[in-house]
Amino acid sequence: MKQFLRGVRNGVPIGLGYLSVSFTFGIMAVSAGFSWWQAVLISMTTLTSAGQLAGINIMTVPGQYAEMLISQLTINIRYSFMSVSLSQLTTAEFKGIKRWLLGFFMTDEIFAVAACQREVSTKFFAGLAVMPYIGWTLGTLAGSLLGNVLPESVMNALCIAIYGMFVAIVAPDAKESRSLLAVVAVSVGLSCLFYYTPILKELSSGLAISVCAVVAALLGAFLFPVKEEASHER
Amino acid sequence: MNGKEFWIYLAILAGSTYLIRAIPFAAVQKKISNVYVRSFLYYIPYTVLSAMTFPAALYATGNVVSAAAGLGVGMVFAVMKKGLTVVALISCVTVFVTDLILKQGI
Repeated sequence: MKQFLRGVRNGVPIGLGYLSVSFTFGIMAVSAGFSWWQAVLISMTTLTSAGQLAGINIMTVPGQYAEMLISQLTINIRYSFMSVSLSQLTTAEFKGIKRWLLGFFMTDEIFAVAACQREVSTKFFAGLAVMPYIGWTLGTLAGSLLGNVLPESVMNALCIAIYGMFVAIVAPDAKESRSLLAVVAVSVGLSCLFYYTPILKELSSGLAISVCAVVAALLGAFLFPVKEEASHER
Repeated sequence: MNGKEFWIYLAILAGSTYLIRAIPFAAVQKKISNVYVRSFLYYIPYTVLSAMTFPAALYATGNVVSAAAGLGVGMVFAVMKKGLTVVALISCVTVFVTDLILKQGI
């Protein structure tokens, strides 16, 4: 129970950040022609940002099933790497059916917070998923029903919350380790390349992130392999 | 969005997203001992997050200046190990205040 509650507490900033992101998704889904319950159902069953946005755009044209599948696979391939990465931190009891059930909640942010732990138990991970799931669902509901009720200035400010959280995860560790800092710099550099270069920027953002992350991490693994003890001290 | 079409699409969207997460999570039960693979998996969370943040975050608030201010101030507090919630909130407040100042033209 203690582990579960610790997870819930750790999930609060993610839930807050999700409120604003899913609020925007709700607004966009309704303006694309979905009803509020459809928007909420998509959020509750899928729980991903980039994939859902791409998804509703494809859904507005009937019959594009192959396109849907391909776009989701490319946007979401990063989750596979995260799942393998987290599989190394789980406690012995966290296996089998528990992984099949809780694997659903492997979002970027839930993964990021879990990956900072020394080890991840079933209860902690389940607790961690609670607030983000509530935030993602309620935000979608509010966005699809209310539309633009919050002043634009507040919405804009909330949009940075998720990124602030990312910075809070990466910056302290990158300060302690030069090799990590170098790896992070490579990833950011590649990401800028994909964002600004004419042909490369046509790539979906989800796939671009996967490519940047994998290339930078591969480079790091070969140039600065992490010793056993170091990888536990995080 | 009509009935049947919606459900087929939803099944593909939700199903593929779920499987791409759950299959690797359930399949890899053993601890990986290869130092290069371990190192790769150690770096992955950081590289994913940094690639997601830059440069996309600079365009998240509709104003590059306020976004950069929010990230900069957030980074200072992050390095001081202030924790996720605090850093996230401080970034939001910084963006809000910066936008306010920019609009007033002070």
